[in-house]
Parts: sequence; structure tokens; C-alpha cells
Amino acid sequence: MTQRQQLLHLYMSNSAITSPVIAWAFHDGAAGAGPVLPDNSSEPPYAVGVQALEDGWRLIQMSPLNDPVEGTERRSSYLRYEFLFERMVDIGE
Amino acid sequence: MDTLPLLSTVDVARFVADGYLRFDELVPAELNEGALAELAELREFAPFEGNPFRPRSGTPLAGCWPADSALRQIYDLPVLAGAIRSLVGDDPVYDHQFCHYIPAGSSGFQDLHCDAAVDSFDPTFDVQVFYFPQDVEPGAGGTRFVPGSHLRMVHENSVARYQHIAGEQFFVGKAGTVLLFHHGLWHAGQPNPSDDDRWMFKVRINPSERQVRKWDMSDYDSATVGNWDHMFATMEEGETAAGQMRRSHPWTRAGQDRLDTIDRVRLWRYLADDPDFDVDWYHTRTDRRAAQYRQGST
Repeated sequence: MTQRQQLLHLYMSNSAITSPVIAWAFHDGAAGAGPVLPDNSSEPPYAVGVQALEDGWRLIQMSPLNDPVEGTERRSSYLRYEFLFERMVDIGE
Repeated sequence: MDTLPLLSTVDVARFVADGYLRFDELVPAELNEGALAELAELREFAPFEGNPFRPRSGTPLAGCWPADSALRQIYDLPVLAGAIRSLVGDDPVYDHQFCHYIPAGSSGFQDLHCDAAVDSFDPTFDVQVFYFPQDVEPGAGGTRFVPGSHLRMVHENSVARYQHIAGEQFFVGKAGTVLLFHHGLWHAGQPNPSDDDRWMFKVRINPSERQVRKWDMSDYDSATVGNWDHMFATMEEGETAAGQMRRSHPWTRAGQDRLDTIDRVRLWRYLADDPDFDVDWYHTRTDRRAAQYRQGST
């Protein structure tokens, strides 16, 4: 059975995987041959990150917690709390 | 100086909080028609050298485009000219323009980005006028943008991985609508699945002076409160600048929104030349402690 990887990026409100999802991205190595996310781009696919685990996604990386850098500790930039999940999809022989 | 309708204090506070202002159906129909014809010609046939529809960077905005053109008349509309003056000052300067043409049925799109490859840490900013000369219906692929993203210190396409952000918008509106963006606002052109070609004309505009107290200041005292105004102590009710700056967006809730408020206050202190202004004491407490620390170390 040949498999392909699906990737799901979830960005949380804080460093806990149980916190609300505020942004997301989906990449489908199976090119539609497996399950995809609901076609609803206005709402996150999961309300909190742990629901992705419950739905069969495997967590493969989360953002480290970095020390604030003096002089920029009160500035904002990127979404800090990225959780990266994968799901392997069978695409046939 | 001619008289223009300027933004109010709360309008500017809303811009500081959201990174944009919206003016629905600002441009009348006859100018939209004229602009569409000029944009089509500009895109198809325009050479750069000597073309009056292609100003050079650094040209005063008031001297851009031929005097009888629709584009010139649009930028002379008092509401638009007044809003630009309120944010970048009396003699704004043309930076560049871009004519976005998306044919009907086009599947192409831009990655999410902001229009600044490497930006400065100071609070100065440019404005970008996004002018939509045609109706853009829901689902027709209007420009994507992320309210409240403009003060995040990021570099151009480095935010491209954010496919979806809670609270992002896709422009929908009537012909003649103008969005006035802080240059840092994250945005992206979208596919055009509709049956109509779509046009959007963007102009980036620089200040030529300090962007300080350029709006209608007559309501400043009534719309601002002392730095004691604190959501967990005593908070002024009603529509105030601080009220705008405390608002969070769906993607900043319960996390980063206090840093956003701190960033907004930093910008406001510059724009209003009001170094004691604060929201919820964030700057004041650390400024005071730092001053006490310096005092003790001398």
C-alpha cells in the first residue's frame, strides 16, 4: 500500500495544545486521494489543538518557547505557537 | 492650506487598532468608469518614460496623473484627500502604484504578505490606497487582508504559510470603495472565479513630515483619557481612543492582544505627540520602574 503525507499547521492562542486555534494551513501530499479538511475557510478545522489528536493526526513538532530578546521583548511579530501534525494516507497499490 | 474633511480622533484610533479604514462607494460612478478606461490603457500600452500616468517615486501626490484624468479627480475627492492628510500630513509623496488586473476565471493568487521587505522599528508608516472601481461580490475573490496585523514586525512573504487566519477578511463591496491601509497590513490578491475581469488600483503614499496631530484634533480631549484609564481598575466608558486600542481580533484573542495594545500605544504616542498616553498602564508601569531603576543607579 502506497502512502502519502498530509500536513496540518495549527496556530494556538498560547503554548498549550488545548488552547484555541487562531490560524491554520493544510497541505495534502495525497492530492485529494484521502480525507481532507472541511471546505470552510472561515472557521478553524478544530476549535482546540487536542481535537486534532482525537481525529487521528500525529503531532510531529511544536514551537519552542524562546527567551525574550532585550529591547524587543514588547514587540509582536509572527504567530508564536505553531503545532505541526501529520497524517499518512493510503493512496492504493 | 485648503480645508478638507479630516479624520476624527476615534477614526485615527480605529486605524491604529485595525490597520485600515474603509470608505464605501466613495468614488462616484462616472469616475469609476473613467478610471477603468485609464487603468486598462495603463496596463496595456503604457511605456514608463514620459508617461503622465506613471509618476516618478518622490513626486508630490498633488502632482500625479493628468489634471483632467479620473485618477487625479479621485485623489482630489475631499474625503480621500482629507483622510490621507490626516495620516501622512500636508504634502504626501507618491511612492509607487500597481494596477492589479485579475482576468475572469483566473486561479492565480498571491501568498499572504506585507509590502515591506525590511522595515524600520520606528512608528512611522506609509499608507496604501486600495481602490476598487467595480463591484466585488462575495466569493468573487476580493483582496484578502488581516485586520490588526499591521504592527507585527515581519518581512514580506514570511507570513505566507498562514493559509487561514481567524477574522481575516476578503474584500466585498460596491464600486468606488476605497480601503486605506497602513503599509504593514498583511494582505494577498485572490483568484477571480467570477465571470468579470477585476481591477484594483493600489497607490503607496509616504509622509513628507512628522505625522503628528494631522487629523481633526477638536475632539482629542473628549476622546482621550488620562493614563489611569485601566480595564481592571477604573475605566472610562464610551467611545474613546483607548477603547479602540483595547479591541482584540479573533486571531489575537487570549494571547497576543496585550502586546498589540502596547504596540498601538507606541504608535499613538508618536501620532498624537502625547508621551503620557497609555492604555491599561502597560507602558506607564514599565516606564516608571525603569526611571526608578536609573535613578537608583546614579
